[in-house]
Formats: sequence, C-alpha cells, structure tokens
Amino acid sequence: MSSTKINWFKYSSPQAFYPLAGKMIPWFVVATVLFTVPGLYFSFFVAPPDYQQGEAYRIMFIHVPAAWMSMFIYMVMAAYAGMGLVFNSRLSSMMASALAPTGAMFTFLALWTGALWGKPMWGAWWVWDARLTSELILLFLYIGFISLQAAIDEPRRAARASAILALVGVVNIPIIYFSVKWWNTLHQGASITVNKAPTMAASMFTAMLLMTFAFWMYTIVVALLRVRCEILERERHTDWVMSNEFAGRSPETRNELG
Amino acid sequence: MSSLVATLRCVVMRDLTLAMRRRADVLATLFFFVIVVSLFPLGVGPEMATLRIIGPGVVWVAALLASMLALERMFAADYGDGTLEQMLITPQPLAVLVLGKALAHWLVSGLPLVLMAPLLGIQYGLPAQGLWILMLSLLLGTPVLSLVGAIGAALTLGVRGGGVLVSLLVLPLTIPVLIFGAGAVDASLSGLGAQAHLSLLGAFLLGALILAPWATSAALRISME
Repeated sequence: MSSTKINWFKYSSPQAFYPLAGKMIPWFVVATVLFTVPGLYFSFFVAPPDYQQGEAYRIMFIHVPAAWMSMFIYMVMAAYAGMGLVFNSRLSSMMASALAPTGAMFTFLALWTGALWGKPMWGAWWVWDARLTSELILLFLYIGFISLQAAIDEPRRAARASAILALVGVVNIPIIYFSVKWWNTLHQGASITVNKAPTMAASMFTAMLLMTFAFWMYTIVVALLRVRCEILERERHTDWVMSNEFAGRSPETRNELG
Repeated sequence: MSSLVATLRCVVMRDLTLAMRRRADVLATLFFFVIVVSLFPLGVGPEMATLRIIGPGVVWVAALLASMLALERMFAADYGDGTLEQMLITPQPLAVLVLGKALAHWLVSGLPLVLMAPLLGIQYGLPAQGLWILMLSLLLGTPVLSLVGAIGAALTLGVRGGGVLVSLLVLPLTIPVLIFGAGAVDASLSGLGAQAHLSLLGAFLLGALILAPWATSAALRISME
C-alpha cells in the first residue's frame, strides 16, 4: 500500500468527523452568505418584472429553490439512510436524521410561498393541483420519518427502522407523483427542464440558480451543526467526548452530563 | 416450492383460526367501516346528487381507515407471546411467512369490506355498474393496503403510540391506491371505462406482492434485534 493513499473511511467514524465538521462549518457559512447576498440582489433588483405577473412573481426565487431542495434533500437523506443500513455506519444514519428537519422545513416553505404566490395568480390560497398535492405528501413522508425516529428510544433501532421507511418512500415517490399528476393538472408547465433551454430571462435564471446554491450551502451548515450535536449525544459515554468536551470541568458535572 | 406453499397455507390457516376465536375484532373493523361511511351523509346532507358524486371516494377513504385500524393487530399478539421470535429462526424464508400473515390479515379485515361495499354504494345511490366496479377496485386495492400496511406494522412493533404512528407512516404511501380505486368508479360512471384504473391497481398489487413482504421481513428483523 502506497503511503500517498488517502484513507477515505477515516472520516466515517464519528470521532474523526466531529472536528472535521467543526472546521467545515465556517467555510460553508461563508459560502451561504456569498450565494445569498448576490442571489437576493439579482432576485429583487436585476431580474426584470414579469410581463404578466408584474412584481408578484419574485417569490419564485424562494419558492422554486425551496421546492427543489425539498426533493433533493429527501433523496440525499434516503441515500444516507440506505448506506447506514447496508454498511452499518453510524455516521450515515446520523446524517440522515440531521437532514430530515431541514428537508421538512423546505417542503413547508415551498408550500407556504406557493400559497402566497397562488393567491394573486390563481385567486386561491390552495388548489388541489398535482405539484402542490405531491409536495404536501412529501411533507407527510418527512413527518413520518421524523416521528418514527422520535418514537423509538434505542438509537440504533430508530436509525435502521427509519432507514427502511425512507427507502420505501423513495420507491413510492415516483408512483405518488405520477398518480397525483394524472389525478389533476392545473399548474403551469415546468419552466425549466433538463433538455430544453430555459424559457425565462437569463437574469431570472441566474437569480434562481444563486438562491438554489444558497439554500444548498445553508442545508450543509445546518446539517453539520445538527450532526455534531447528535454525535455528542450518542457518544457521550466514550472517552474522547469526555476528554474533549468536558475537559476542565469538575468530575461532578461530568457525571451529570454523561 | 411445494414446501413454501405448505408453509404459506399453514400460516394463513393458523391466523384465520386465531381470528375466528376472536370474532369481535373482525366485526369491529367491519362496523367501523360501515359507521364511517354512514356518517358522511349526516355531515354533508342527504341530497342524492351530491352523495352520488362523493360516494366512491367516501367508501374508499373509509376502507383505508378501517384497514389502518386492524394493522396494529397483525404482529402484536405474536410479538407479545414470542411466536414471532420463533418465526424469525425457522428455516423457511421469513418473506413467505410475512406474505401468509398479510394474506390472512386481508381475508379477515379486507375481504369483508369488499363484500359490504355494494350495500353502502346503494346508500349513496350508485348505479349497478358503479357497484361492480367499486367492488372490483376494492378487491384489487385492499390487498395492497394489507401488504404496505404490514411494513408499517413491522416498523412500529412494540413502539409506544404505535397505533397512531402506523397510520402516519402508511397513509401517505397508500395515496396512489386511493386515487385509482376511487377514480375507477368515477371513470366508469362518466363513460370513460375503468380499465386503465383497474390495470394500474393490478400493477400496484403485483408490485406490492413482490416488494412488501421483503421490506416487512427486513423491518421485523430490525424490530426484534
């Protein structure tokens, strides 16, 4: 084995990942700010008003990235959960549970901004169209994942059981999506598709892309912060947590906390 | 192959015998279904035109809720007295045992709903053709509810508040069945024909038959660790 070979599995141990996550967080905070500030500037000042919707359409720069992130986070979460199940790595399941609340938050944000956008555009806070409904069902799936994890006290069983639920959800998501789509279609067609040029102004597209990256970086920051708490909580009886975190405290406090 | 069929038969017969000894449970699910369906006209109003429109959906939602109600019992008793542990260490594949239990669960809690549905459909003023399609869609759809529900029941085994939790986990996953189940009747009554909906329900049933027992046995192993 050559000495230059990197041991990729080193950081799959919570003990090694904890300080690394701590070092990564400030960088991702900087990245979040770097994407958010120009993203908001583009959204509010550079992007032209829509010829039909006027200024009201600008909520799209929050709504669409939030909706994208809500779906993306579910996929990442399920992938982590699956890895935790297959390789039995504790850190993967911790990452899955750290991502779930942020995913649910983005789903809720997408629904909320969708309602605010829908009122001036369609004249209704809520319509039972395919995308709104499947986003709502996605929120239910997130809530199921979080509540199953909360209901089981033993962390290992909680992680494995919710991993199965996440994977069953992944198999079901396309089925749910297409059922709901067939069931009702009223929403305007997708504005951005992979194989077609975007039908919107370039500055609008830039703003949306910047906001998406901003949300993405924010997700990483929050997930890392949360996973660090999770690591400390689950590993609180180990020596490294004791010596790192409670160094300099009296043995009485250690016993209380541990 | 024949030994697998024998195993399946054995599990189904055992669960059916147990269910017949506690008939009140079976009847409770059925009456819950009837009561929920009968409550809707009291809430919505007795206009036949409205009832005819919401009828298939109401029957389907009630069937969904009734099957959630019975899910908790699928593994609970066996978990309590240690039978489930014995099942886990038998040489027969666990997925076959799970399939047997889901099948028995459907025979006890799903099939009565299918047979009762036309009567409730008449209360909602559905024409004869709609009644047949309603029965057929329930016949294809309710086994899916039992199979997918088995995953939820296995995951929440011995968990506090399991009864409510299992509905929270399973109901979102059963939405496609509800859409196409109730949609089949609507499509048939509006003259479009129910074949597409029924074919999709059949596809869901085949998919669930293959994947659900497998996922359920993985969930059971996790719960019994």
